Amino acid sequence: MSIMKSTILEVQDLQTVFPTRTGVFKAVDGVSFALNRGETLCVVGESGSGKSVTARSILQIVDKPGRIEGGSVLLTRADGSTTDLAKLDPRGREIRDVRGKEIAMIFQEPMSSLSPVHRIGTQIGEALRIHFGTAKQEQRERVLELLRQVEIPRPESAIDRYTFEFSGGMRQRVMIAMALACNPSVLIADEPTTALDVTTQAEILDLIKKLQQSHGMAVLFITHDMGVVAEIADEVLVMYRGKVMERGPVERIFHAPQDAYTRRLIGSVVKLEKKAEVRLARKPAPAGTLPLLDVRNLSLTFPSGLKAVDDVSLTVRPGEALGIVGESGSGKTTMGRCLLRIYDAQTGAIDYRRPDGDTVDIRTANKATLEKVRREVRMIFQDPVGSLSPRKTVGDIIAEPLKIAGMKGRELNDRVADLMQQVGLEPAWRERYPHAFSGGQRQRIGIARAIALKPRLIIADEATSALDVSLRSQMLDLMMKLQDELGLSYVFISHDMSVIRYMCDRVAVMYRGKIVEVGETDQVVNNPVHGYTRALLSAIPHPDPRNRRIHNRFRYDSVRTV
Amino acid sequence: MTDITSLPPETTVSLDLHRKDMAVAGQWRLFWLKFKKHKIALVSLVVIVFMYLVAAFADFIAPFDPNAANSRFTYAPPQGLSLMLNGSFQPHVNQLKMTLNTESMRREFTSDPTKSVSVSFFVPAQQPYYVLGFIPMQTKLFGLTNPKPGDSLYIFGADRLGRDIFSRVVHGAKISLSIGLVGVFVSLILGVTIGGISGFFGGWIDIVIQRFIELLRSIPTIPLWMGFAAAIPTSWPPLRTYFVITLIVSLIGWTSLAREVRGKFLSLRNEDFVTAARLDGMSEVGIIFHHLVPSFISHIIATLTLAIPSMILAETALSFLGIGLQPPIVSWGVLLQEAQNIRAVAQAPWLLFTPAAAIVISVLALNFLGDGLRDAADPYESVS
Repeated sequence: MSIMKSTILEVQDLQTVFPTRTGVFKAVDGVSFALNRGETLCVVGESGSGKSVTARSILQIVDKPGRIEGGSVLLTRADGSTTDLAKLDPRGREIRDVRGKEIAMIFQEPMSSLSPVHRIGTQIGEALRIHFGTAKQEQRERVLELLRQVEIPRPESAIDRYTFEFSGGMRQRVMIAMALACNPSVLIADEPTTALDVTTQAEILDLIKKLQQSHGMAVLFITHDMGVVAEIADEVLVMYRGKVMERGPVERIFHAPQDAYTRRLIGSVVKLEKKAEVRLARKPAPAGTLPLLDVRNLSLTFPSGLKAVDDVSLTVRPGEALGIVGESGSGKTTMGRCLLRIYDAQTGAIDYRRPDGDTVDIRTANKATLEKVRREVRMIFQDPVGSLSPRKTVGDIIAEPLKIAGMKGRELNDRVADLMQQVGLEPAWRERYPHAFSGGQRQRIGIARAIALKPRLIIADEATSALDVSLRSQMLDLMMKLQDELGLSYVFISHDMSVIRYMCDRVAVMYRGKIVEVGETDQVVNNPVHGYTRALLSAIPHPDPRNRRIHNRFRYDSVRTV
Repeated sequence: MTDITSLPPETTVSLDLHRKDMAVAGQWRLFWLKFKKHKIALVSLVVIVFMYLVAAFADFIAPFDPNAANSRFTYAPPQGLSLMLNGSFQPHVNQLKMTLNTESMRREFTSDPTKSVSVSFFVPAQQPYYVLGFIPMQTKLFGLTNPKPGDSLYIFGADRLGRDIFSRVVHGAKISLSIGLVGVFVSLILGVTIGGISGFFGGWIDIVIQRFIELLRSIPTIPLWMGFAAAIPTSWPPLRTYFVITLIVSLIGWTSLAREVRGKFLSLRNEDFVTAARLDGMSEVGIIFHHLVPSFISHIIATLTLAIPSMILAETALSFLGIGLQPPIVSWGVLLQEAQNIRAVAQAPWLLFTPAAAIVISVLALNFLGDGLRDAADPYESVS
């Protein structure tokens, strides 16, 4: 704590509402907080908690028809003058002078927050032109300097490129350069790393921290990820349904939370930091058992030439959960889809052992065999919205595989009711449509559909990544309960190591279409062998502010290793 | 992470799907609830239903035969219909007094307030007729109570042969509004079949069909229609001409529908719920009829509604140019063609404005209705 601790932004009793047909929806309901110079305040909450609207209210860029109804946002400048931003006209001169110059903002989607028709240099230089009227040549010099600051390689050529030529992480760097252009005293970062991979996220968090120190900025960081909060925050503001639940130093929030909601939130995060209790005592499958699924040298090259799956070999033993972890573009989803022949792999074998002991190569199976295999090997999808037809009732959705298998009448009805009960849904809800359910409940419907035919293996593709963290462990617990009840095996595909550690017996790490490491989960997590695995594990934000580690993470450079 | 910032959407009308009673609301109920919020579309729906009812019962509503000439009343102006006479309910019009202007050699009509002509509802028809082609009728909705020579009832005026414009416009609705429906029906069959084939099979079939559609759409429509219409022999009976004209105007209409269907096919095929159905073991035909068709049928209805006005306008354009329907068939385009001279515009503007108003109102109402349907076509978009 420095002696020079002075408040730069003070929000008091802020209220932002969205009028709806039935009344008004209070997105932000009486939020107060103070942001100190040079400090990082993290606003954390699950989706719909109003954290983004809070950030947008500060700069008066709330989407219509939302409007600020009350409260004040006091900005104190270095010279001591104060302005109440909430009182300014949202289209007026004064607030426009504040935006970008004194308070800058970076957004979640680096894809859509940058214009694809302007060169990088022009976009970054725009703020300089607007706020200072900087001359062209000088502007270019300054932009180059900014690009150097955000560590974009070869700034001289990057400045004349377009945004679509850059990767997500590089685009986010460009966004940050844009935000820094006018040396703002406050930086608002709205989920800036949510759309990025975990290793890229670590880079960006590092960069923001570094720039904050060199510029002396205050950072208002909005996130739903408690791990990120623990890694970077000085102060934390926990929001739930538009209200502040708790506010305080990061240490206290994590280690002595006062509020019940905060405790629950921290609890659900910490719960995912170790193996599930029901799995601790579980014995591994006996060594001699024949594998349920034996994948050998599987490869798939897309017509574009991209080698999405590259010589992948793995086995799934009966009753075990095999995790596949990797970042976006690693080919894990494509591989999962190959296992069910949604995509056709070009070479390799997918040997699946039927209950009668015969093995079938799924890759080359004929239509009739494939149909039988697909009743025993099922899939759970990532998107709980897109994977359920909105035009069918829940009962119909769950009944569909049963009907195709020839079940009907009373038997069908009873089975659907049983399944709904099994996944924790009220059987009386069968007449309802998917839109009446929340994300977690929809995922349960998807699970019920998957287990309807009493399968032996389930391929779960990012089954929990669309859910809030408090729902995630519930879903995993349900899947483990079903595993024990039905003797299921899982191939669990995820980008989230904590989810895999929580429920999987073994894990395979995928990187650029290849499996770089396979092993018992504990062993891979605690003693990773491959460089990429080490980099991946060390980049995961750790939800304990006493043990910040992503700054000292291991960096994996594939070019150097190759 | 979706966040509340994007909710509620700014322009589109959204439904609160989380309400209790919405839980068991199916596709069509949500469709209707969302459509209901579009007030202009709702009003348009009423207008359209009314106009089609008028067209269906044209023979009953129109007081006169559309082709019955009366040399006594050429270019007679509209007669205002009054409902009250001497303090009691007695619908009537004032008799028209004709004088010959010897300077311009024209007939001039003046209304004579002292002589009223009684009008009543459900009067006997001059000759029996069939409503909708098969119900024999002897009465008309309204008409002169006791027609005497010199009495007249021209609520929208008369044309150069003394024919009643009101009756002609009402009869014209029969042809003009139905040509849209029949044309759209032809487009529907062509569009769904060809678009469905294109989207379902993909590959070179898709490429050939799409290039063919582009070719068709690149041909200027009016010359194309003119070419086809000119090929219709004048000796053909009016009814056959009518059907051929319908085919001609729907020749282009199916292309946009085919593209819509193809696009929906392609985007829906990659939806997870379709993949799930495939993994359930459902056949391709089953997927099409259980999942794909229910998903885009509401879009098709909206597209079709938006296609009707262009069909109506196409018929009007052709007839106006004199290459579409020919008298004695009465359509709005034919009526406009008859108003194609300076005398009609200068001295009998009702010849022009009555059919024009009918066209404008019906086309506008259909467009608004189509807009409303299109907005309601996907009631789920605000959920995700």
